Amino acid sequence: MQKVSVGIDVGSTATKAVMFDGEKVEAVELLTGWNPREAGEKAFADLLQRGAISSAQLTSVIGTGYGRVSLPFIDRRITEIACHARGAFHLFPNTRLVIDVGGQDSKVIALNGDGSVSDFVMNDKCAAGTGRFLQVMTGVLDITLCDLGKLAADSQPASISSMCTVFAESEIVGLMARGAGKGAIAAGIVQSIAKRVAGLAHRLYAGGEVTFTGGIARTPEICHAIARELGVELNVPERPQLVGALGAAIIGFEEGSDRCDNQRERIL
Amino acid sequence: MNPELLNEIASLKEKNVIALKELKEAGGHVVGSYCLYSPCEVVTAAGAFPVTLCGTSQNPIPAAEKVLPRNLCPLIKSSYGFAVTDTCPYFHFSDILIAETTCDGKKKMYELLGEIKPLHLMQLPQLQDSDSARRYWYQEIVRLKEHLEEVFDVSITDAKLIEAIRLANRERRSMKELQDICKIKPSPISGTDLLTVLHNRGFSVDKEYAIDLVDRLTADLRAAAERGESPFPTSTPRILLTGVPVGIGSDKVVRIIEECGGNIVCFESCGAYKRVDPVAEEGDPLQAIADRYLSIPCSCMSPNNGRFELVARLAREFQADGVVDLTWMACHTYNIESYRLRRHLQEESRLPFLQLETDYSESDTEQLKIRIEAFLEIVVAGMKQQGKAPSA
Repeated sequence: MQKVSVGIDVGSTATKAVMFDGEKVEAVELLTGWNPREAGEKAFADLLQRGAISSAQLTSVIGTGYGRVSLPFIDRRITEIACHARGAFHLFPNTRLVIDVGGQDSKVIALNGDGSVSDFVMNDKCAAGTGRFLQVMTGVLDITLCDLGKLAADSQPASISSMCTVFAESEIVGLMARGAGKGAIAAGIVQSIAKRVAGLAHRLYAGGEVTFTGGIARTPEICHAIARELGVELNVPERPQLVGALGAAIIGFEEGSDRCDNQRERIL
Repeated sequence: MNPELLNEIASLKEKNVIALKELKEAGGHVVGSYCLYSPCEVVTAAGAFPVTLCGTSQNPIPAAEKVLPRNLCPLIKSSYGFAVTDTCPYFHFSDILIAETTCDGKKKMYELLGEIKPLHLMQLPQLQDSDSARRYWYQEIVRLKEHLEEVFDVSITDAKLIEAIRLANRERRSMKELQDICKIKPSPISGTDLLTVLHNRGFSVDKEYAIDLVDRLTADLRAAAERGESPFPTSTPRILLTGVPVGIGSDKVVRIIEECGGNIVCFESCGAYKRVDPVAEEGDPLQAIADRYLSIPCSCMSPNNGRFELVARLAREFQADGVVDLTWMACHTYNIESYRLRRHLQEESRLPFLQLETDYSESDTEQLKIRIEAFLEIVVAGMKQQGKAPSA
């Protein structure tokens, strides 16, 4: 019987569950909503159902993400820093730096040659340079993240100098009042977040391949803008939002811990 | 740790307030200060009682923000807030305050504080190894002596100064021995408990009693260590905490590090290891005081190479597995210095290093936890590589 491990990444915006059997990967994702625990349980149950996984096959369940503390059915929790590093290293083994832009924080992680974490930096106590920044800005423009990329693609960026989410929002309202085009504002927002993230990355970057993870990496224009600011091409996984959960599943698979408590039986 | 001793230490703050009240009623004088640069020996030699003032709680910060800018270091805001709300008993009982021109935030806040209570500001030079700075600071110590003599109508003699130096040195010896107990692996006391002792002890009026109490605690902990007792398994990551001052109320990072599975074995900060070096007991006492105090490696000094050397030495002596550098939000000096400290430690030891910037509020607890947990993962991985921790 094939042994499998599961990684569950309960993020501030989305919850991702990934199963790993040494080769194949199965995944589900859903919005976290207001209850991280329920989101984690549902993602786990859906994944088991989709992968037709029996409890006997399951060697380990590892939780990560900000909601990692609210999952009663996991064996162990690991920070998303170690998980993103491990997931990115699995997908791109030459990765030396991981940039992860999450819902409420962004991280830059430096890797040793074996995929372990050597150092990391995160944005300070504010939403600048995070997914939340983009969420607020797209809200002001009344567009989706996908539209933001498309609009930004063909426009000269308007200058948005404020890094603070609240002040940048006022700045955009001001730009709109002065009649700046939506495209220019969208391009300005993309450039603003790229500068912020690249600035963070420069603190740790010492050469080698850079992998960009987290849901924001699905917007090609943001990937291009960060690559331009950083002066290096980025590895972008096919499903960048799953890298943290994948890393958790891989770490669990390698450790092969074999504990299963009553809380899990309830879901199985 | 012996629960009776712990209770005794916990009740120190309360006892001291009563002792201060009685002292004032009996006509005694109290001198309050905030910073390690305030020379307590001169105060003691003037027959007055030096006390440390409150500044480690979030509670009075909203009151302070009515006057001070919001984006200012929480320690400065808290200190000022306690004063304007009259909620620090030590401030309340102080006849005068001694303060120093350390960082920009503090010295400008002191201008406002001087409107609430008489404040003697010492002009602290920010260079340590020059004759001119040494002479300048000596003159400032003399000016303080003369000021206290005038205010309290006393004469501060060399004999009194030497007596005061000896008392303060015994206090330092006692504090050093307590902190050095954490060199034992695993440490017989948690960082949280150690900080509680250091913090509460700092408010003591009866110095002899505080010395005796700390000595008893040290003996008790040494005996516990000999019996192999510790709150931690041997594989617990040993963390050195450096940077800004911490105390009870501003100890959230200490608590989180220990909740996440680390043990703080050494505090390279003002209330702790920066305080342990003695004043020379020979020669001109005022010069000895001036020399000792000027050598304190605070980030307001430029350059401040002494701190880099001290942190590296303490990391070796306490067998630290990682270094956490704590910066209060808007503390520019410690914040900027963190870059050079990290570089120095990387050249010296390659110890994992984490800088945290935060304030006194609890609002970023989760963000701090993720940073601290990820840091401890790196520390533990490094320990496993060196065979210092069991593999998973």
